Parts: sequence; structure tokens; C-alpha cells
Amino acid sequence: MTTAAVQTPFQRIATDFARSRLAIVGLLMLALVIAIALFAPVLSPQNPYDLAQIDVMDSKLGPGEKSMAGKTYWLGTDDQGRDMLSGIFYGLRISLGVGVLSTLLALSLGIVFGLSAAWFGGKVDTLIMRVCDIQLSFPAILIALILLAVLGQGVDKIIIALVTVQWAYYARTVRGAALVERGKEYVEAARGLGLSSTRILFRHLLPNVLPPLIVVATVQVAHAIALEATLSFLGLGLPITEPSLGLLISNGFQYLMSGKYWISFYPGLALLLTIVAINLVADQLRDVLNPRLQK
Amino acid sequence: MIPRLIRRLAVLLLAPLAALATTGALAARDISIGLQAAITSMDPHYHNLSPNNSMMQHVFEGLIRRDENQKLVPGLAVSWRAVDDLTWEFKLRKNVRFHDGTPFTAEDVAFTLKRVPNVPNSPSSFATFTKPIVDVKIVDPHTIIFKTSTPHVLLPSDLASVMIVSRLHGEKAATEDYNSGKACIGTGPYKYVEFVPNQRVVLKANYGYWGGEEPWDKLTFKILTNAAARVAALLSGDVQMIENVPTSDIAKMEKDKNLSVVSKVSNRVIYVHLNQSTEKSPPFVFDKSGKPMEKNPFRDVRVRKALSMAVNRDAIVDRVMEKKAVSAAQLLPDIFYGTSKKLKPTKFDPEGAKKLLAEAGYPNGFAMTLHGPAGRYINDDKVIQALAQFYSRIGIDTKVETFPASVYFTRATNLEFGYMLLGWGTESGEQASAMRSLLATRDPAKGMGVNNRGRYTNPAFDKLLEQALVTMDDKKREGLIQQAAEMVMGEVGLIPLHYEVSTWAAAKGFKYTPRTDQYTLATSLKPSK
Amino acid sequence: MLCPDANIRNMTEYIIRRLMQSGLVLVAMSVLVFAGVYAIGNPVELLVNPMADEAERARVIASLGLDRPLWEQYLTFFKGALTGDLGKSFVFNVPAVGLILQKLPATIELAFCAMFIAILFGIPLGLWAGLRPDSIPGKAIMAGSILGFSLPTFWVGLLLIMFFSVQLGWLPSNGRGDTVNVFGFEVSFLTADGLSHLFMPALNLALFKLSLIIRLTRAGTREALLQDYVKFARAKGLKASRVVGVHVLKNIMIPIVTVIGLEFGSVIAFAIVTESIFAWPGTGKLLIDSITSLDRPVIVAYLMIIVTLFIVINLVVDILYSVLDPRVRLGQAQGQGGH
Repeated sequence: MTTAAVQTPFQRIATDFARSRLAIVGLLMLALVIAIALFAPVLSPQNPYDLAQIDVMDSKLGPGEKSMAGKTYWLGTDDQGRDMLSGIFYGLRISLGVGVLSTLLALSLGIVFGLSAAWFGGKVDTLIMRVCDIQLSFPAILIALILLAVLGQGVDKIIIALVTVQWAYYARTVRGAALVERGKEYVEAARGLGLSSTRILFRHLLPNVLPPLIVVATVQVAHAIALEATLSFLGLGLPITEPSLGLLISNGFQYLMSGKYWISFYPGLALLLTIVAINLVADQLRDVLNPRLQK
Repeated sequence: MIPRLIRRLAVLLLAPLAALATTGALAARDISIGLQAAITSMDPHYHNLSPNNSMMQHVFEGLIRRDENQKLVPGLAVSWRAVDDLTWEFKLRKNVRFHDGTPFTAEDVAFTLKRVPNVPNSPSSFATFTKPIVDVKIVDPHTIIFKTSTPHVLLPSDLASVMIVSRLHGEKAATEDYNSGKACIGTGPYKYVEFVPNQRVVLKANYGYWGGEEPWDKLTFKILTNAAARVAALLSGDVQMIENVPTSDIAKMEKDKNLSVVSKVSNRVIYVHLNQSTEKSPPFVFDKSGKPMEKNPFRDVRVRKALSMAVNRDAIVDRVMEKKAVSAAQLLPDIFYGTSKKLKPTKFDPEGAKKLLAEAGYPNGFAMTLHGPAGRYINDDKVIQALAQFYSRIGIDTKVETFPASVYFTRATNLEFGYMLLGWGTESGEQASAMRSLLATRDPAKGMGVNNRGRYTNPAFDKLLEQALVTMDDKKREGLIQQAAEMVMGEVGLIPLHYEVSTWAAAKGFKYTPRTDQYTLATSLKPSK
Repeated sequence: MLCPDANIRNMTEYIIRRLMQSGLVLVAMSVLVFAGVYAIGNPVELLVNPMADEAERARVIASLGLDRPLWEQYLTFFKGALTGDLGKSFVFNVPAVGLILQKLPATIELAFCAMFIAILFGIPLGLWAGLRPDSIPGKAIMAGSILGFSLPTFWVGLLLIMFFSVQLGWLPSNGRGDTVNVFGFEVSFLTADGLSHLFMPALNLALFKLSLIIRLTRAGTREALLQDYVKFARAKGLKASRVVGVHVLKNIMIPIVTVIGLEFGSVIAFAIVTESIFAWPGTGKLLIDSITSLDRPVIVAYLMIIVTLFIVINLVVDILYSVLDPRVRLGQAQGQGGH
């Protein structure tokens, strides 16, 4: 066999990735989760965000019980009479969307600021890093509360809050990595060739900083989802009529002790599986993308 | 959830220990009580706040006391009467001593009235209650006379909110001295031991109490804000009683043989204010296409009626509140003074509501955002979602937005909302003061309509109410208040939803007598036989 | 190569510069928080009894100084802050700093215990997983660490209470228990009762850090094993324990110290959730309570104290970093830890 010799980098990554069965399971789970999130409106028996479709008289039904109208709720209903299965599908959509979007935005901001800090140094560097310090020393909850007060509730607001909380972290990481790269020969060579700063930054530095960053970002998506869940738990963030997984868990939290476990258990399970799947994939990606671990 | 075997093993291992702990606690007659809200001070005149007022009842006493139904009963005064429209005479109880042994006299009452309006930095003072009194005359050590400038029928009720402090210890004392215990010396059944802000209050029995000995030697009030933590504390035996049991847990706890759960309708009504302050659409109210309307729909009584008829109060009580609420027709349950037995909760009638909306010129409904606090009232965020469901069924496009109390009330006071879910607890226990604050035409200087966030206005109603407030005869006054209530509820000045029911849960062997004022008093907790 | 003298001079200069920058950070932050809390809402709405009339409201507003423009309120605060007075709590009428310092030992104790649990179990587990990545225990440890990462704190906290307090009845669900006074600080970990109260919240808070440390240690170990000097040491036939003890541990110390340092600050700041679930009477719970009641002096004072703590920890970490790894110059040391 000669495949090893003619593998493209992508193929190599794919083969390496497939070495771990756990990672494959993770990838499959993640694919399933993403598919559910994308096709939630088609898959769900009910639109849980349409108040006209839910009835408080059907509230707190157990898994498999029938509604007044004779519909079966396979995972039960919550305290508003919302079908848990539909709620979880839609909640997944929001949680995943919020997690991915906020991470992408925070990542972009972090890259811009981190690279600028590393490249220009001096006053720019100091300013950006001190702002990072402020940012990182603020409890996320306080930032969220202040933003909530000023902006109101909504998916867009929680994304703003999560970006605000996360960008500084990326900026620091990018700056650290970029500082190391800046000292390497290829950058000096590029400079010697008289290439513009922007070109060197984005065409040469960034691609080299990116791989570890992608791994970090993957983990951060999971973390953003968990953070959103925590904020929802504390009563900040999303509108209560459009619950994410975190909000569903938080709503069901108070029913745990009274035996109505399904209201928070199933969304908790969905959240758990999502985060675990992302982490499994990210873990293997980290090992695969780390050249030093290649045999 | 947990294998039964492990559980049994644990019980076997720990049973002797637990038994020891229980008998120890019972022998010492020490109990712990889990409270929901923090006590901000041990100065009885510093902060007019329900949790503080409740706590103060243990250490201090007023001239008049409120029983569990908020009826006025003798406290440090044995009797009182209005000599004329502007003069009140109070006879004080004899042989009452403060915790340090000094006797209680009229001097202490006069001093208290002087201190109340002059507590530095008080974030909410008790001066509202003492302000009507313009002159105090001590006749003898056990008789005192109060003069008011205008007839003030609520004087006894007001004075029930003012705790009497010792002149000897209070004269040079600041709030800090009460917090540290130095000046925290009253006549009540319990004495100060320790106060740790946001954490706990510890009291011990006052064995020389004039009203007889209490069954407990030592009380520890623990502040457990988180509802689940509070329930867990009771179930694990850390505390013997908790207040405000979350509605979701009540059903299960009522079945638990090791617990006794008691509840009682409270003086707090949950209601909706509809912003009528603007000519045109109020904030967050639009036509179906999202544009502001030329007319404010809430100024039309038919729309207000429709919004009340669309609400299925029984569903809220049954499903959202787990039966721990009572559908409301006015501002207080009809066991209270000044309430009308003629008023019944509006019937659920979505078809009728649709018809009324069409008559008012909104055959296709309109669009609005419902606003409410999250975590201020029992299940407030769930109630508002249920309301949204009801309105979406009569053709109104609804959205829901909730805020933490810190954000919500500022914005509601600034009238930044159109449809506002609110609550009101009437501490005086009579309906006139609630109507005066929530429904009278707003005139803050006169103390009218201070919390009228709907800006409802009706001169005929104002006149009736003002007349009631200066009528000294109790029967006649009650008639006027009832008449005013019937008038304003007929016009849907606000939409009453339900009265909260407060619930307490105690461990086996304890019996709590529930109260309408939502106070949690160790004096109402007795060992059950 | 710098001579030691120059190195020390360099370091002093660096520290002074950092401290000055940090001072600016503090001022900027206090302005932001001041304005932020102002934007949230009006504390008078929550403080004053709803039955109060307009005159009473006006009196309260004036007595709290809220009738003056915001910049004037800030100036008053700033002047006070220079003399160490961060204002009096609106709600409790006691100095805000006193209120926080009263609660701080509880939070620090909780944070210390959480970090202690995380390190005590994290490093050995991480080493194991790194040395034997393909063994079943190695894989189990990693799978477990993913769980620790993934489970939201509040969810775990509730499950702990359900299991240990409600079902088994072994541990108290909330509060701090009996405390002992050590050097003027109240601590719980010296009494059996205190320890039983401390266990669950500390474990709850530790889980995330524990997973973080396991992963960092594992990654560091794996990298170290591939380094030439470790390969060489192994080839020379050095005992495995010595290889691990000296070479591997040294290699993984740097990222771990950074993370421990950075995370300690964040553990203190982020203990909010754990503290509110277990009703642990620390600063995190105080902060949430103060936010709920818009007690601005306490919120601002809390943040000033926590940020100062954070700045100091960061500085110490950076200095430690340069001591542990001479290749890193001060000013370039950057934490890799995160949240």
C-alpha cells in the first residue's frame, strides 16, 4: 500500500482522527445533535415557542402521558404545558446557535486584538492587555446583568454578553502564540521581502496561530453553552418563552425534589451529550493537530 | 435513584447518631428556622421591610398587635379610643419590663415617636406611620394622648407597625448599637444574642415575659434565599421550619408523614396595571403590523374588561400555583376589612372577550409585550407566560419579557411598559389603603395614587375614597370603602389575578399557626402534642 | 545574558510599571461599575417601602446622596476610596469593606479547599493518564475529566444535595457549620461539623478545576515524554519514578502554576453559583444579594477588592513564571489557562 505517501493533509487528519473509537462516537453524536438543531422545526411535534400551541392545562404531564386533546407527550411536558421533546429540539438549536455564534464572534475579535497587540507591541499592546485584564477580572454574571439591564433580554443580547465575556481570553491566547511565531525565521523572511504588515499578519502569522486556536475554540463552544445555561439558571439572559436547554433545566430545577424529574432531567441529558460530544471531538482534534505528538 | 440497600445501610449506621441529635435538640428546646429574605438591621426603626418587621416582633412589641388575621389586638396598650376626631387616648399595660429589667412607661412611647422620623440613613423609614401625630401628651405613666391635625382613622393600624424601644437605651443609640445588640432591648418574648447580616439572627428566651413563657429557649433564624436549599435544609433536619415552601414541592411534602405543611391566604394580591398614561399607544403596545396606534386601547373600559375575561384564573391557580392561590376579585381576600362580598372573580370567557375587543374596534386584536418581574412574587414568571397563552387565544399577539426585580421596578415606575404584572401586600389589612395607593388619581403630594402605575383615574372614585378616609365611624367607613371598591373593580381599574397563599413547612412535632401577613414568627410555632 | 543585578533592576522596574497600570485598571473599572450599576436600576425602588409617600422617597434619595449627579457621586466615592473608605452599604448602613471582609474568609476557605481537592487529585490522575494514555484507567480518567468539564456547576450542586443530603442524609445541605477562630479568621475545616458543611460546596467548586488540571498534567506529561531529554533519561535506564518525579513534573509545572494562579482568582470570583446553591455565607453570595438589592457601594467595593486580588495574583504568577522558566522574559509571560 502506498496511500500513506500520497495522503493529503486532510486525509491524514481524518485517518488519525478515526484511530480513536471514542472520538468517532463523539463525532456521530455531534452530527446527530447538529442535525436535530438544524431540522428542529421539521422534527418537533409542536412549536414550543408559539404560545397559542401550548396549554397550561397540559402542564407537568409525565413522559408518555396524553394531553387533553389526546396527543401523546413522549418526554412529558413542562410547567407551561410545553412538549419536552419539542422544547429540547428547539432548545438545542438555541443553545448550539448561541454557543457557536458567540464563540466565532469572540474568536474573531480576539484574533484582531491579539494579533494587533503582538504585532504592534508598545502602547497598543499595553492598552489591549490591560483591557483584557479588566475583562478577565469581572465576574461574567455581573457583566451579563449590566448588559441585560441596558439592552433587555434576547438571544442577541446573550450573545453580546458571551462575546464580551470571552473575547479577552482569545486575545490573550492569540497574542501569546503570535509572539512566539513572530520570532521565527519565516516571519523575518517575509519582512525582509518587504511584505505589508496586514499581509504578514493574516496570510502568514494567522494560519500558524490558528490550529491550536481552533481546538481551544471547540472547547469554548461547549463552555459557552454551559455558561449560557448557568446564566439562565441565575435568571439572566434569554426570554422565558423561548427557552434554551439551560433555561429548560433551570425551570425544571425546582421540580426535581418533587419527583417531576423529566422537566430538567431530559434537557440536562441533552446538554450533557452535546457538551461531551463536542469535547470528545475537540480532544481528538487536539491530539491530531499537535505535530509534536505525531509519531 | 439510590439503591435501597445503601440507603438502608446508611440509616442503620446513622440512626443512633440521629436519634441522639434529635433528643438533644428537643431537650434543649433550641430550634432553627429557615427564612427566605435577609434581615437588614436589628434597629426596629431603620428599614420598613417585611422580613425586618417580622423579625422585630420577637424582640420588640407595638402598642397594638396584629393577630394571625391582621385584626388589631392589645399589645403594650390594653385599650385605646378616639376621644374626638383629632384626639386618641391609649391606656398602657402595667408591670411590663424591658429585657434589662427597667419598667415600660409612657416615656418610652413618647421617645419612640420622637426617634422614628430621625433615624439617620434609614433607607425606608417608619415616619409614614407617625407623621399624622402632631402632639403627644403623657397623662400618667400608663396613659398617653395623641393629637392629629386632621381626622386620621388609621392611627391604631399605623401604630401597630411601630415597635416601642426603651428610652434609657435608645436615647444615645444609633442603628449600629441595635445591630450589635447594645441597644437592642425590647419588651418582647425573645432577647438579642447575635445578628450576622445576610446569614443568621440568634435570639434567646426572655423568661420574665409578661405574656407568659415561650416554649423555646433559643431561636436561630437562618437566611436561606435559595428555595431548594431551604427545602433541603428542612428535609435534612438542619432547620425545624421553613417559610415560603416552593409550590412545586408542596404536594409531595404534604404527603410526607414527617412534616406538617400549613398554608393560609395572604394579604398579597397579584394584579396587572395597564398603562393608561398616554393618549396614543403606550410602550410595547402596537397594532398587528407593529406600528403604534393612534388611541391607547387601555383607556377603553371594554378592552380592560376583555383582558380580564380572557384570563383563566382557575387554570393559573390549579396548574401554575399548584392550588396555593385564590382567584382574586379585588385587592384583598374578602375576610378583610373594607372588602365587598359582592365582587366575584371575573369569569373566564374568551368568546366574550373577543366580542368586546371587536366592539372596541379591535376585531383582529392588537400586539403587546407583557412585562413582569422574575422571582419577586411566587411563580411570577410562570404566571406571566400563562397570561400570554390566554391572550394569544383571543387574537392578541403577545410577547413576554421578565426582569430581575432590581431592573423591573425602576422601569415600571418610569412607565416604560404597557402591560405590567405586579403585586401588593396590604400590611394594614384594610382595603382603603391599597386602593389609595394603586388606584386613586395620582397626586404624590397628598399621598394618593403613589403606586398607580396604570395611571387609572376616576374622580367619582377618588371622592368616595377621600370621604371614607376621614369617616370615623367604622361601619359607615366600611360601607364607603366597599362602594368605592365595587365602582373601581367594575371599571377594571386594574386586573386582579389571585391572592398568594403563604405556606410554611415544619418538622414532625411542631405546629405552626399560619398568618395572613406572611410573617414567620417563632411565637406562632408550638410543639404539637 | 543579563547579569543578576540587571535582572533584579529589570524586575523592579517591571513590577512598578505593572502596578501603575493596575492602578489605572482599578480606576477605569470603578467608573464602569459605577455607571453600570446606575444603569441597572434605582435602588430607592427596592429600598423604600411601597407605602411610603413622596416626601419619604425624597428623604431617602437625599440621605443616600442619590439626588446629586452621577459624576458628583463618583467624585465623593473616589475621594473616599483614596482614604480607604469605599462607602456604606445602602441596605445595611455599615461600611461596605467591613461587610465584605467579614465574608471573605468563608470564600477564601472554600476556594482554597476547592483548589486543594483539584490539585491533590488532579496531578496524580493526570500523570497516570499521561503516562499510560492507552490503558483503561487512563481512558477512564480522561472520560471523567470531560464530564467534569461538561456538567454545569449548578446541576452538579443540586445532584450532590439530592444525593448526600436528601437521599442519604449524610451531609448538611447548606451553611457553614461550626467555626474555629484562627488568627482572627473564622475557619470551618478544623471542626467535624464545619468539615461536613465544607465538603460538598468545595467538591462542587473543585470539579471544573480538577478536570482542567488533569488535562493539563496529562498533556504536559505526554509532551514531556516525547522530549529528547526525557527519552534520553529513559534510554539511560533511569528509574521511571525518577524520570517522572524530576523531568516530567518539572516540565508540567509551568502551565500548572499559571493555571492555579489564574484559576484561584476566578474560583473566588466565580464561587457565586456554588455559594448560592449551598447558601455558603461568602462574598459571592453577598455579591448576588447586593446586585439583587442594587446595593451599589457593596458591588463596587467587592469588585475593587476582587480585582485587586486578581491583579496581585497575576503579577505573582508572571514572576513565578519567569523564575520557573528562564527562557520567558518578564512582560511576555502569558497565562495559557482559561475558563
